[in-house]
Amino acid sequence: MRISLTVNGEAREADVEPRTLLSDLLRHGLGLTGTKVGCEHGVCGACTVQVDGEAVRSCLMLAVQARGRSVRTIEGFDHPLQEAFHEGHALQCGFCTAGILLSLEAFIRERPDAGADEIREALAGNLCRCTGYVAMVEATERALRTAPRRTPPGRPPS
Amino acid sequence: MKPAPFEYASPETLDEALALVGDDSRPLAGGQSLVPMLNFRLARPARLVDLEHVAALAFIVAGDSLRIGAMTRQAAIERSPAIAARWPLLRQAVRLVGHPQIRARGTIGGSIAHADPKAELSVALAALGARFHVRSAAGARTLAAGELFRGPLMTALAPDELLVEIEVPPLPEGARTAFLEQARTHGDFAIAGVAAVVRADGVTLGLLGAGFTPVVVGSEAEIDAPDPYRRALLAALARRAIEAAA
Repeated sequence: MRISLTVNGEAREADVEPRTLLSDLLRHGLGLTGTKVGCEHGVCGACTVQVDGEAVRSCLMLAVQARGRSVRTIEGFDHPLQEAFHEGHALQCGFCTAGILLSLEAFIRERPDAGADEIREALAGNLCRCTGYVAMVEATERALRTAPRRTPPGRPPS
Repeated sequence: MKPAPFEYASPETLDEALALVGDDSRPLAGGQSLVPMLNFRLARPARLVDLEHVAALAFIVAGDSLRIGAMTRQAAIERSPAIAARWPLLRQAVRLVGHPQIRARGTIGGSIAHADPKAELSVALAALGARFHVRSAAGARTLAAGELFRGPLMTALAPDELLVEIEVPPLPEGARTAFLEQARTHGDFAIAGVAAVVRADGVTLGLLGAGFTPVVVGSEAEIDAPDPYRRALLAALARRAIEAAA
């Protein structure tokens, strides 16, 4: 099937089998390998991307379901969270980081007043097995305190 | 870990969707349970009927009763001010479904029709006395929770039927609710859970983990479960849920 979608602000077209997962279209079809694939059944969160501004598991969405939607991956991500993660050493191997940043950005856009407990809850769907979560929570709090918000709360990025 | 091939149909109206569902096909709602089953090849339907673009199935209408379209995302239920104010049990339950990334795609109808015995929404809706509106090309019928849920991943829905709407009666004046569960980790499937509706004249408890379908009982004394651990856990959760609601 031929589908049209927007990826990181660019109109893209792709030929996909109906069974192609969105994660595989992004990685293999469009060469956007920043999106990682871990468990492929929705548990680990590594493949998290944003669809129309909401964080979703790209391994639990068929590529054909993204027809007409706007997809954002780590390649199209530019946010103060990245600087905060860098400064706070909130990543080590980095495999989970793309999914974590895209999950966190969707969360803090809706909840810019979130505290540490809520940030922990927002991260519960993203497994990290090396860095640990303490530095990530601290980095997120720091980004919330210091960074000017780029989009109004509750509004997906254009 | 990749789905087997299938044919794919993407209807845009309910009538188109009803004409497509049948023996060899399977409706795809939010996909948060079905796509993992496709990835594991535990499900190998010949055809998927994707309800993603059937816009008429996504709505929340809060009148005297609450009417929710089957394709309403769990995240929309979580964010609805009317549901938070008048049917708080649904908000309390939906916040325990997976993680935000799951709730952004997962739908209430998908959760019900999948009939996972660990589904929080099924238990909450059973405790609230919800009615489930079902359509097929041939007609329509309405089921109560006790008629709809038949076993683990089994419902009374025929292959040519679609769950289209869930209707929840208003809570009695002054009633209060709570949903508590015990899971190994946050967001994981619960071992046991309790939905409590505390009214002036009594209590209704919806039990998750007491059987293969949601169980509704009138008091803590009626709790039974397949093993002593879950029986004790359910009794403790019931006490705490009643306290939390009151």
